[in-house]
Parts: sequence; structure tokens; C-alpha cells
Amino acid sequence: MSTNSYKNYLKEEHFPHIWCPGCGDGIVLHAYAIALAELGLAPKEVVTVTGIGCWGKSDDYVATHALHGTHGRALAYATGVKLGNPVLTVIALMGDGDAVTIGGNHFIHAARRNIDLTAVVINNFNYGMTGGQYSATTPLKSKTTTSPLGNAEPGFDICSLAEAAGANFVARTTPFHVVSLKNLLKEGIQKKGFSLIEVITPCPTYFGRYNINSSPVANMHWLKDKAVSVSRYQHMTDEDKLQHFAIGTFVNKDRPDFYTMYQQINDCKWEGGR
Amino acid sequence: MKRPVGKQFMQGNEACVFGAIDAGARFYAGYPITPSSEIAELCAKFLPQVGGVFLQMEDELGSMAAVIGASTAGTKAFTATSGPGFTLMQENLGMAIYTEVPCVLVNIQRNGPSTGLATRPAQGDVMQARWGTHGDHPIIVLSPSSVQEFYDLTLRAFNLSEKYSIPVILLSDEVIGHMREDLVIPELEDLVIVNRKLPNKPIKEYRAYQTENDDIPRIAPFGSEYIVHISSSCHDETGFTHSKPQTADQLVRRLHRKIERNQEDIIQVEWFGPRKADVCIIAYGAVSRTAKQVVVDAQEKGLSVNLLRLITHWPFPDEQVKEALSQAKVIIVPEMNLGQVAQEILRLNSLQTPIYSITRIDGEIIMPSEIMSKIEEVIR
Repeated sequence: MSTNSYKNYLKEEHFPHIWCPGCGDGIVLHAYAIALAELGLAPKEVVTVTGIGCWGKSDDYVATHALHGTHGRALAYATGVKLGNPVLTVIALMGDGDAVTIGGNHFIHAARRNIDLTAVVINNFNYGMTGGQYSATTPLKSKTTTSPLGNAEPGFDICSLAEAAGANFVARTTPFHVVSLKNLLKEGIQKKGFSLIEVITPCPTYFGRYNINSSPVANMHWLKDKAVSVSRYQHMTDEDKLQHFAIGTFVNKDRPDFYTMYQQINDCKWEGGR
Repeated sequence: MKRPVGKQFMQGNEACVFGAIDAGARFYAGYPITPSSEIAELCAKFLPQVGGVFLQMEDELGSMAAVIGASTAGTKAFTATSGPGFTLMQENLGMAIYTEVPCVLVNIQRNGPSTGLATRPAQGDVMQARWGTHGDHPIIVLSPSSVQEFYDLTLRAFNLSEKYSIPVILLSDEVIGHMREDLVIPELEDLVIVNRKLPNKPIKEYRAYQTENDDIPRIAPFGSEYIVHISSSCHDETGFTHSKPQTADQLVRRLHRKIERNQEDIIQVEWFGPRKADVCIIAYGAVSRTAKQVVVDAQEKGLSVNLLRLITHWPFPDEQVKEALSQAKVIIVPEMNLGQVAQEILRLNSLQTPIYSITRIDGEIIMPSEIMSKIEEVIR
């Protein structure tokens, strides 16, 4: 094993993981480990912060520092970690429930403040861990265990939300597009300021089974068919857009991050004290 | 700005901020709420001057979470709030207790429930401080009764928190938070500052939640050579999520044991007036100041009255209260709630000493005359 293998970032002794067959979480975890290895970040330089849910279990499998907390608060913990020790690379791994439903307030404010951290949000369109209830990203009219006849609420577009709130880097991909997934993770982690990488990964056990197809393989094909590049998506008719979603980078800018701004503005020292 | 030292004239909330900075706090995250907001305002002003960070979060859920985050990164951190915000913080207070993350939570109590009388004092959060977060858990709660003591106990709160790897609640009230009086701030070299224990084992043998004889873990800050896994789920000694009944049982029992076995170090009370008296007033916070006046007035009247002032609320000073119950003929418990501490004293009253509860929940402080007339009524 070379010194910089992705295996250095995983606790393989804790495998097999808990995720269902056909779930994209394992693919994203793999890409995350490869991204960290290729960036050459030592495990001790990285803090992986998670909340609650299927993807929120990923802290058990990473060999970086890890903080697993209450539902929806991952970005608030991550904010504290980053400001408590700004040299750390802080990455929050969250599901759509954590990031934009129970934790929606923290999400928009972490992006607005432009805290220098990376949010990797796996959007599986439902609460998988608790049995497939609808979340704030479940599309209108979709069937879930708490919307048996169809969801009366429209879902959030996580990338648009992050962009509107002020994130420096906003991108979307899927576990079918593994190379772009790894590259976007690397780009997001390297970006100073708030980065969001949304990974569309329909839950094969609930959302996928009820709304796409009962076969996990069919769900992967669904990703391949529905995902189109940002540039292709822009040239689609409105009708076509409804049948697809864009993947790629939506925002890539360099607004100063919170801590840089904070230090610049609060440039004063206390005389003769600790 | 220079560090204040020597004799000062300050507000309670102000003394709290200087106590925190002197204790080594370098991170504050909070959400504005009356009557605690001066603490946030002064942190915003002074923390950057000592290399720290003040952050106004979007709510109290996130404030407590950010405090935990900063502490896990090795920075002493705290927050301040009042009733409604204290309720929101219960979620992550439980997280900090379970994951053994040192931090300090200041609650400047106001009248409730709910929005209540936002600018008026109360002592209605004694039980919320003890049992507000779900599940069996230990907690340390301290209650200052003067501006000087607010400074001293803030320092002590950080020290106990670091020493026992547990959040400490400073349960004050609007009276103490907003009053101004003299205090003396010691020279830096005269302060006793406690910092959390760091790992003492080689990296390969290190387990963050493995404890030695003292039941206290040695959790390295994020970023050190020691990789640390902190989890709000039931965890084993490595921090890994574990759902075995034995793991769950051992973890929560150890959390309790680490506090129970150190009660002598944690519990502080003050006896005021004659050491033995016919009437013992048991009081805390703003009301204990009223009670002190009553003890003085009683002496002039030739009445035998003393005061047991609770400085540590939780763990409850069982032994000291039992002593009061065995010595006095009558116990008087004045509180700005409906008898939250009086009920706790009843739990210890095997001798069936008469206990009289004086309660006020109208946002007004209890006056000496109210306590005195109760004493004169019951000893007649």
C-alpha cells in the first residue's frame, strides 16, 4: 500500500457498512477517501463532521478526526470546529434531511457567512434511516411513507439555495459520474470559503422503489439518463428541463471567507493580558 | 483596551465576560436574548482583542453546537442565554454531556414559562438545568449571588468543565446579571487555571474514551497526532458507534460516577449567621441576598436564624442540606419559582423537619419582610 492510498482515510475494520445494496453512499465515501488521498491531506488535518441519517453514519468509517452529532447541526458544529482551529480542513457530510430540512437554517447561514468548509450533501429525496418519509427535497407528487398518495410539497433545489445564500463553490453530481464526483470533491475542499457538493443519490430502498424502479441497477441508469451537463441543460426546452437535472459546477467565486473578513475588521489587540 | 485588574465597578454580565476571558475562553457563539445580551456584546468587543472569535449564530440550537465544535478543536468555548434559548440549547447540552466536551453555558434566568416577562428576574430553571435534556445524565450547575461571585464562578465553571470533561451551567438571574457593584479582579499570576487532560499514551494504544481510575477521559483536540472520533450515538472507548447493552450501561454509569465521586470538590455552600439556629433559610442567587438581610435583622430582633446558601445547585448539596434539616427546628425556602429547590429538600427530609416554601413568580424579587413575617409566623 502506497503512503497515500485512499485506504489511509478509511477504517476498513468497521466494514461492512450499513448501507443498503444499490445505495450510492458507499460510492461517495470511496470518492471522498480518494479525494483526500489525492489532495495529500493527512488524516489528522481533516475533521469529518456528520449529523444523523444514513450518510450521517459515515463518521464510523473514516480515519480522519470525526464529530458525529445531533440531527441537522453538522454545519453548526463544523463552524465551531473551523473557528476553534482555522488550520483544520473541515468537511460536513450530510443528507438532505440534515442539510436542508431540520438543518436548513444552519445551511443558509453557513453559506451566507462563507465559513471555510465543505458540505457534501447526499440527496436521496427522503429520510432513509427512519423508513422513507418525505424530506424538504422530495419532489412534488412523489410517493413516500408519509405521502402515500403523493407529496403535496415541492422540493428544495439545494444548489440554488446555496447559491442564493452566498456559497463560493456550488456543484452537483451523482454516484454514477464517479470521476466528476471525486474531482468536484477535491475542488470544493480546496476552495476557500463555503463549498457545496450535492450528490443526487435516490434511496433505492424507499424513494427509488416507490418512484423510479425497484431495481437498484435501474436507479443507476435513471441517474445516467436524467443527469445532463450544465451547458446542455441551459439549452434545453422547459419541457425537457422538467425531465432532467443539471450536473457540474454552478458557482465558482472567491468572496472572502468569514474568518479572513473577521480578522481584517477586528484588527485590535488587548494590552497586557492573556 | 487593557485587562481590568484590582478593584472594579461592574455589572454581573460584564464580570462574567472578564471571568471567561481570564479562564481562557476564546470562542463565544450565541443568539441575543434579554437579559443576557450584554455578555454577547462584550464578547463581540473583547474576544477578538485576545485572539478569540465571537460568532452570533442563527439560533440557540446552532450556538450550542458551535460551542461544542470549537471546544473539540481545543478552544475553550461558551455561550449565554435565557429561558427560551436555554430550552433550545438542551438538545446539544445533552450532546456535550454524552460526548464529554468541556464548555460553559450561562443562563441569566428570566420569568417564564415561554416568552413570559422577558425583562424580569426568576429562578424557574433550576429543574430545567438539572433535567432539561433527555436521558439520564449528570450535570454541574453553579449559582452566583454577587458580581464578584459571577466573576469567580465563571472562572470556576471553566475549571470544573475542563477538569471533569463536562459542560457546566452558570445559573444566574436577571438581578445578578444586571446589577452593578464592586468586585476585585486578581492579577493574572494569582489565578488558578485548569486545562483538560491530554493523552498520556502512545498513539497506537490511545482510545479517547478509555479512562483510568478517575473515570475522566483524555480527549485530544482535533488536529493533534491522536485521531479522535466524537459521537453523540452510544459509543465504545474508541468513540465508535456501539449498540451493545453493556456499552450503553457502562458509559452512562461512568458519566455519573465521574461527578458523584468528586462531589466534595464540586459542591460549595456558604453558611451565614450563627452556625446553629432554630430557623435555617436555604436560598440561592438573588434571593440569598434578601435572606442575608433577614439573618441580620433577626439577630437584632433576638431571633435565632441562619442561612445555608447553595453555590452549587447540582450535584445537589445533600449532606449540607441534611445538616440543616437535623440542626434547625424550621426550614424556610424562599425561591422565585414554585418551590423547585424546596421539593428537593423534601426528598432529604427523613427527620420530617417542618419546611416552609416562600414562592414568587410575578417577576419581583422576594423582600426581607416577606421572609421575616413567615419566620415570625412559624416560630410563634
